[in-house]
Amino acid sequence: MTTEGGVQYSKIAEIKGPLVVVDDVDNAAFDELVEVETNEGERRLGKVLEVGNGKAIVQVFEGTTGLSISGTNAKFVGKVMEMPVSKEVLGRVFDGLGRPKDGLPDPIADQFIDINGEPMNPEQREYPKDFIQTGVSVIDGLITLVRGQKLPIFSGSGMSHNLLAAQIARQASVVGTNDDFAVVFAAIGVQYSEAEYFRKSLEESGALKRSVLFLNTADDPAIERIITPRVALTVAEYLAFELGMHVLVILTDMTNYAEALREISAAREEVPGRKGYPGYLYTDLSTLYERAGKLNGKKGSVTQVPILSMPSDDITHPIPDLTGYITEGQVVVGRDLFRQGVYPPINILMSLSRLMKDGIGEGSTRDDHAEVANQVYDAYSRAQEVRALAGIVGKAGLTEIDLKYMDVGDVFEKEFLSQATDENRTIEETLAILWKIVSKLPKNEITKIKDKHVEKYYQGE
Amino acid sequence: MTAQGRIVWVSGPAVRADGMADAKMYETVTVGNSKLVGEVIRLTGDVAFIQVYESTSGLKPGEPVIGTGNPLSVLLGPGIIGQLYDGIQRPLKELSKASGSFIGRGITTTPVDMVKTYHFVPTASNGDEVLPGNVIGTVQETDLIEHSIMVPPNHPGGKISNLVSEGDYNLETELATVEKDGQNVPLKMYHKWPVRKPRPYNTRYDATVPLLTGQRVIDTFFPIAKGGTGSIPGAFGTGKTVTLHQIAKWANSQVVVYIGCGERGNEMTEVLVEFPHLKDPRSGKPLMDRTVLVANTSNMPVAAREASIYTGVTIAEYYRDMGKDVVLVADSTSRWAEALREMSGRLEEMPAEEGYPSYLASRLAEFYERAGRVRAAGSPDRDGSVTLIGAVSPSGGDFTEPVTTHTMRFIKTFWALDAKLAYSRHYPSINWMNSYSGYLGDIAKWWGENISEDWFGIRNEAYGILQREDTLKEIVKLLGPDALPDEEKLILEIARMVKIGLLQQNSFDDVDTYCSPEKQFKLLKLVVDFYKQGQQSLKEGTPLASIRELPVVTSLLKARMDIKDDEMPKLDQLDKDMKEQFKNISGVKVTN
Repeated sequence: MTTEGGVQYSKIAEIKGPLVVVDDVDNAAFDELVEVETNEGERRLGKVLEVGNGKAIVQVFEGTTGLSISGTNAKFVGKVMEMPVSKEVLGRVFDGLGRPKDGLPDPIADQFIDINGEPMNPEQREYPKDFIQTGVSVIDGLITLVRGQKLPIFSGSGMSHNLLAAQIARQASVVGTNDDFAVVFAAIGVQYSEAEYFRKSLEESGALKRSVLFLNTADDPAIERIITPRVALTVAEYLAFELGMHVLVILTDMTNYAEALREISAAREEVPGRKGYPGYLYTDLSTLYERAGKLNGKKGSVTQVPILSMPSDDITHPIPDLTGYITEGQVVVGRDLFRQGVYPPINILMSLSRLMKDGIGEGSTRDDHAEVANQVYDAYSRAQEVRALAGIVGKAGLTEIDLKYMDVGDVFEKEFLSQATDENRTIEETLAILWKIVSKLPKNEITKIKDKHVEKYYQGE
Repeated sequence: MTAQGRIVWVSGPAVRADGMADAKMYETVTVGNSKLVGEVIRLTGDVAFIQVYESTSGLKPGEPVIGTGNPLSVLLGPGIIGQLYDGIQRPLKELSKASGSFIGRGITTTPVDMVKTYHFVPTASNGDEVLPGNVIGTVQETDLIEHSIMVPPNHPGGKISNLVSEGDYNLETELATVEKDGQNVPLKMYHKWPVRKPRPYNTRYDATVPLLTGQRVIDTFFPIAKGGTGSIPGAFGTGKTVTLHQIAKWANSQVVVYIGCGERGNEMTEVLVEFPHLKDPRSGKPLMDRTVLVANTSNMPVAAREASIYTGVTIAEYYRDMGKDVVLVADSTSRWAEALREMSGRLEEMPAEEGYPSYLASRLAEFYERAGRVRAAGSPDRDGSVTLIGAVSPSGGDFTEPVTTHTMRFIKTFWALDAKLAYSRHYPSINWMNSYSGYLGDIAKWWGENISEDWFGIRNEAYGILQREDTLKEIVKLLGPDALPDEEKLILEIARMVKIGLLQQNSFDDVDTYCSPEKQFKLLKLVVDFYKQGQQSLKEGTPLASIRELPVVTSLLKARMDIKDDEMPKLDQLDKDMKEQFKNISGVKVTN
């Protein structure tokens, strides 16, 4: 170890994958930030994954390509990784490690915050129940989003999840109060064109000045992706809980995040869980997703819409599976509907919003909302069964009531689900279409709606 | 002599320290300058392997590790009810006073308020000989809980002296002195007990009394007994948490321990917000007055998640020892198993299936064996029970994974959640073909004596209809519904009524959320009677369509929501309407 001006440099003993092993370490801490410096003066950032017995294992975010044993030194910075934050971050574009990418200087920091965050005390959480009108019927009517919720979009390669997420970001607002709304967008290993689409979409709607963008595109270092969602969420928490803003965080694509995590786990030779992902994938994902929420006595909120592409559209794959166990529901994009040209192609039967029950009803949407939504879920599920049956016995083999359910399925997809990417429906319009669908059924099929609501809103014979 | 060592290695929640030759297995230690709480889980020479219950970020080799000499223990005494604890019994409210909205580290608190006074009423007298477990007096902990002050099970017992008279005392007051062999041991309102050691009891009984949850699919079809074990596995979105919340809300036990083990923060908040406003249907008091919450959410340190299960079950056993029925709900045991896996991996143990340690099955067995209906130790005679219900979150919804398969070996009631039912919004999505209850025969006697002697027969008839439907559905899938004769079509119709009118239950509906056993039985009987009268009508030549379109069908399907528990005459009226309507379509008087 050599000492230069009070700063200690250590020699590298081993380089494997994204990791370097540093020798002669006597004062490093677990999780500490490390600067890895080459002879040419290039600096990369990393953090301590394991320390002891004179060695430290360091994960280098920008990758180890080009590093050499003799020509590289490591410097332990003496603190964990922090993100400088202030109100000036709004409207800015950063790279995946939180450094400016828009050619402008570093924002003047008001605070430096540990990017790992700390777990919210469940006793201090405020239970989320404020309805967010996204203007997208299928979300507002059947998979309602509330402030402080984490509601991921489960999609597959090539489908229209980005259009939907961008539409939600543009339209999401609580009617009337829009000033304190902000968008934090983190691109995690996505193509440049996808990241650019979001930027443009925010720009066109005028939301860019209320947005913060973190971009790690597909050609950026993979290990950086471990950091990107963390810096984004650190900024989101600051905006929400220090400045009192309602922050919508879009993280795309979480599959790339999990793959970066797997790469590190493999390099550390850990015992793998399913499909080679580390056994702690659940816990690790939860340290991101659980950073959504509202807090007692604080004005703002962090709402998360993470996007992940399911490998081979498989919802039982570990990434969507473990995500679904942590998040408060999921919006599932369906391949069949997408092929039919439906937008947004949401498979409502597989989708769910766990916080919907508290965000809707009298005082926020309307007192019949829950019941009519339940009936439509039930009816659409019956419609799918009838369609499957018709595939075997033909339409002629169906009963009269079965045919009515077929009709319900068609109206649902054509009039309720389908909408233009710039169409912003009010909750009243959305509920009206739901009742139109229910009214296709005879009254004795309506088992989930109380009589007083049937009397008030039912339009069938 | 307590161990005093130094950290030599840190990786996540795992720390190795040397100089620890005096440490004992499962001793708690304080780790580092910030005094984090840890537990020794392996000893090699003078090196101790420690799992740390708090985030180790910033911890350095060279920092001190100091033994406490004690195993991980919980404090047992009045003040536990209504608390929200973390995995090692630190009250989260106290933590927030120290560190605000987010959970800080190295904070020491007491699990209950030690200076709060309770009104103590002695039941023993000076000069009495007491044994471990004997009750010496009581305090009123909450409106619902009379808390017995017992001689701790690890106390030698002896002769009581200096017993205080009735009055208000705090937890640190010496209530009495117990003298044995010339030694005087003071008795206070509280004692400590190591969490990994089951509390002793006198005798164990069979579980024959049902734990009523107000959920029809559970109570009527797949019941669990007081002192029994149950498991509820399901993929995400199938409604595990809602079902567990329902059990915690409505189960007819005196105490509920709810463990959020590696689950969502908002779910604990929901319980905290909701329970104080909900009334216990039997006493009318707020549900929070009988509930203890243990929360170690998914993003809180993983080692404390492992401990949370033991913390919870030890608290449950303590209230059992007072002669109370306690329900413990653990959501989710899979996250607990994952915590075991993570520590096992860091210990570099040889993994068994899917990376889980080979002792996963034995740990699960030990946990579920802590359930039971018992006669508590000491006098007076007290019978209490601990019912254990654990959620399982199988990866990919696959019930053949290790945690589900091992759990099934050690539990008697299995509520299999089904993603397909959940997708079609059939909630609770408990699959009636894959679920089972090993208590059905044992608790039938209770229903027979308390509700109706016909209960067992009618329940089995209804279940038989569901089984018939399951076979018939296969035929319909291949040939369409027209391939079936009318008698079999009627079975499909009745099965639909059982599913919509009985099995489905809306937790968010004010009326439907809780169903009394009387209402459960009457609804069940109405549907089975409808079936019998329908069969009769068909025989007499009535077309199936007329039966299907009887107005009473819709009324039956909605009765669960429309008719309140205190409106039983309306169900009797429904019965009359049904007979009347059948009479009208067949034109023949129906005898029943």
